[in-house]
Amino acid sequence: MSERRRDGAALWLGRLRGYLWPGAPGLRAVYRKEMADHINSSRFMILAAIVAIAGLAAIYVAALNIRAEVRRTAETGFIFLRLFTASGGSLPPFTSFVGFLGPLVGLALGFDAINGERARGTLSRLVAQPIYRDSVINGKFLAGIAIIAMMIFSLGLIVAGMGLSLIGIPPTAEEALRILSYLVLSVLYVAFWLALALLFSVLFRQTATSALAGMAVWLFLGVFLGLLAGLVADALVPVGSDADPGAVLRHERLQLALGRLSPTILYDEATLVLLQPHVRTLGPVLLTQVYGAVPGPLPFGQSLLLIWPQLTGLVAATLICFAISYVLFMRQEIRAA
Amino acid sequence: MTGNREHVIRTENLTKRYGQLVAVKDLNLEIARGEVFGLLGPNGAGKTTTILMLLGLTEPTAGSVRVLGRDPAREALAVKARVGYLPEDVGFYEHLTGRQNLMYTADLNGLDPAEATRRVERLLGQVGLSEVADKRVEQYSHGMRQRLGLADVLVKDPEIIILDEPTQGIDPEGAEELLALIRDLSRNRGMTVLISSHLLDQMQRICDRVAIFVRGEVVAEGPIETLGRQVMRGEPLIVEVEVAGPDDVDEAARSLAGLPEVQAVDRSGENLLLVRCSADVREHIASHLIQRGFSLRHLRLRGYELSDIYMRYFRGGEGHV
Repeated sequence: MSERRRDGAALWLGRLRGYLWPGAPGLRAVYRKEMADHINSSRFMILAAIVAIAGLAAIYVAALNIRAEVRRTAETGFIFLRLFTASGGSLPPFTSFVGFLGPLVGLALGFDAINGERARGTLSRLVAQPIYRDSVINGKFLAGIAIIAMMIFSLGLIVAGMGLSLIGIPPTAEEALRILSYLVLSVLYVAFWLALALLFSVLFRQTATSALAGMAVWLFLGVFLGLLAGLVADALVPVGSDADPGAVLRHERLQLALGRLSPTILYDEATLVLLQPHVRTLGPVLLTQVYGAVPGPLPFGQSLLLIWPQLTGLVAATLICFAISYVLFMRQEIRAA
Repeated sequence: MTGNREHVIRTENLTKRYGQLVAVKDLNLEIARGEVFGLLGPNGAGKTTTILMLLGLTEPTAGSVRVLGRDPAREALAVKARVGYLPEDVGFYEHLTGRQNLMYTADLNGLDPAEATRRVERLLGQVGLSEVADKRVEQYSHGMRQRLGLADVLVKDPEIIILDEPTQGIDPEGAEELLALIRDLSRNRGMTVLISSHLLDQMQRICDRVAIFVRGEVVAEGPIETLGRQVMRGEPLIVEVEVAGPDDVDEAARSLAGLPEVQAVDRSGENLLLVRCSADVREHIASHLIQRGFSLRHLRLRGYELSDIYMRYFRGGEGHV
């Protein structure tokens, strides 16, 4: 009986693998070609170099600060995590750099994925080959995600190694887990921007237009939406100096909800909770809720639970962007007219 | 000519509409294995749309298509595996070499690397690009790109190749080389070739049969030699005659008017005479003129060459607009 079940499972796994991988003709070829293109492109090299330099510098400065601080106070809780979140003097912390430059990487990898092929006249040649049309867009998306994952994980691990040798305190198992989760989260975040760029590359015929549209959305979601959320909340729920606590709470909640439309804010919140275990809530807290609470770090599981909605939101946003580009691409006329 | 041979491409009342615009109307084509078939027509006549429907890249509004016995809209992969397509203004990945571009196509067709390497090498030699195979495509001339395109089409070892305006924008010498390659594929390898073009003289040289396309409709179809008779049936025969010396022209006209089959002689321009006859009497006219001491410079039966047919329909086509 159990053997039969195992065989059944193996069969299903085989089917799943067949469906995902060699079963789709051309997917592998497109994936390989896109990977090679990204790795050889100067565009990717420049961006990776910028991110790497910024990241290494941030960690170095943070490590120096932490060293001085530890000598002074002998406070050692979650020291290793502070490498990523501590800012040293004039340099912002590592997480800010990744949060700021990550979207650029995602946009740069995807903004000309489809319209670039169209403009060069290679798309009609590509779809005349015996491959499913979705292999083209799937292969490109998968290759982009793979490149992003490679970049973020290698950067994260290099930086962690450097931090280790600088401060000389190894991470605890929980810290390592939190850092790995943070890296996975960052891959997800950059994948959202890749999906958005892909969508624009299907929507717009000109590569310059799709690049600009990507930048515009990046600015809007990264900078303006936060400000706008405040303005809208002020207009809808005005709070003066003598406003009652209920109104203040409503105002705060509205502002937060509006801000959370932006993946950037979701990502920032999730990063905060993952790398700073002392953060117990996101959003307004009433005095009655903290009354009697013992201040202390959350266990990893609880932190993860706290940011579960943020993670779900990010994945959903990515999938929605990709799904729209997929549908549009499948229905588009191939002819370059 | 197409007697009982297998038809590898067959369309029945194939129609494609884009909103109000009818791009292709009731197209009936039958192309036999090993044939070189030309789709001839001005730009925007529906040639590319027809090709896209043959490949399943766009769906017909009505009618049916069979390519190698299959419906390209439903069994796109099976059709595309056996049909090579060279699009108009074919593009390549500029940052890759010619060889890398072909290897990518081989990979997309699922060839194993060893076989792909061999085949790409052979094809590069065949189209004369062996020496530049490892240069980036951005350094290629237009003619080299077209030849690379032909090699790209052949990577999958197709039974049918479809070429959309393959000689567009290449210099005459390059076009000649490309046409020679295409002819060779058909003669020596039995490949079926479908070419679309608006360049008449080239089509005339390599096609077994042509279909003339005007605004989505085929106005004439068949082997080139019979096309003239087919189209010009019922029209009067006109022979163009030109003799040396303007003074001789009138005299020659009078002399020709006396021949039995000649109905009328009109003078057109400086030296040209248009002789309307009841039968093709070019031999008579020639010997008649030469016997009488005229030096004959030009003699041609008007309306039976493809260019006349072509011009006639193209003018007709524009006349309706």
